Amino acid sequence: MSKLLHRREVVVELLAARGNALVIAGLGAPAWDITHAGDHELNFPLWGAMGGAALMGLGLALAQPKRKVLVITGDGEMLMGLGALATIAVQKPRNLSIVVLDNERYGETGQQETHTGHGVDLAGMAKAAGFAQTYNVRTPAEVSRLKQRIYAGEGTLFAQVKVDMEKLPLVLPPREGSLLKNRFRAALLGPDAAHQ
Amino acid sequence: MKKTAESRWPDEVHALLKQAGVRQVALVPDAGHSRLIKLCEQDKSMCVVRLTTEEEGVAVLAGAWLGGEKGVLLMQSSGVGNCINMLSLPLACSFPLLMLVTMRGDHGEFNPAQMPMGNTTQSVLEALGVIVKRVDAAEDVTEMVSSTMRLAFNTYRPVALLIGQRIQGAKDFRKLTQSVKK
Repeated sequence: MSKLLHRREVVVELLAARGNALVIAGLGAPAWDITHAGDHELNFPLWGAMGGAALMGLGLALAQPKRKVLVITGDGEMLMGLGALATIAVQKPRNLSIVVLDNERYGETGQQETHTGHGVDLAGMAKAAGFAQTYNVRTPAEVSRLKQRIYAGEGTLFAQVKVDMEKLPLVLPPREGSLLKNRFRAALLGPDAAHQ
Repeated sequence: MKKTAESRWPDEVHALLKQAGVRQVALVPDAGHSRLIKLCEQDKSMCVVRLTTEEEGVAVLAGAWLGGEKGVLLMQSSGVGNCINMLSLPLACSFPLLMLVTMRGDHGEFNPAQMPMGNTTQSVLEALGVIVKRVDAAEDVTEMVSSTMRLAFNTYRPVALLIGQRIQGAKDFRKLTQSVKK
């Protein structure tokens, strides 16, 4: 049996401590993972925009500096927008954490290999870009420490969490974009958000 | 010295954006936007987000709106090509998105590489469903930015204003090969 972490267990643990944190998930498995942990008004699961999850987190973190913003995405999604590491590192929002669930596969399209299975170290790239905190996570104890660091908010954080390439049943969030956006804004900004 | 319309619009547009509560200014630089960029960088009420590619700005500004802030994306026309798939985000979720695009490959272009994207910027955006407005006279830029901004934020959709190359003037690369006089 694989000693690798299981993605849904990692996400359940990280989100159990979410408090009033704002959560964005990259398309595909990470969107199903956060929904498996419990659909939530302050979740924004992406259905597309591949390469944009971390950057959406950046815009949100800059707009809401007092709230923790957690982006949970996959290795393929992160690889499509590597420039984001540079753009985010320049802004250095203290309240932004990016967690990449790295199964070294494009899971939704037939488990084709990604670059991370061939030595590309995303956490190393984030560190070189200038992220204050970068972590490679492989064990349950490291997931626990990661959880503490995300919510301690001591600077822009990037974690590459190696997970098993297991095939799991999808857990679908709502897919209508306006609904996802409006319920998020109403929960965050109150009823006046509809009149901005 | 009295300012001409050519030199006045960036200051007016900066004031307009500020008054409208635009805070996040996401950009890949263009010479045509250089004065406006400088004004935004100097403005402590604005947050300039430098991008590595224009599509990043589409995602950043969706996040900004999710968090209750308005933004603007500044780029040149070649950058529109970089944005195409990311524009699915504001289109599918009805996010307002204001894009101010300075045109290349347009009026008196010197560089052949600018032509394919510059000549199709409007049709590519419109094919995707983005509302496109265009301005070709310096004295009209401020009013067009104002009306385009209202379309974006009042009707919740991506809207682009194309600022014609005639307004900024085409760069003459041959002149730039001559040594700079002190």
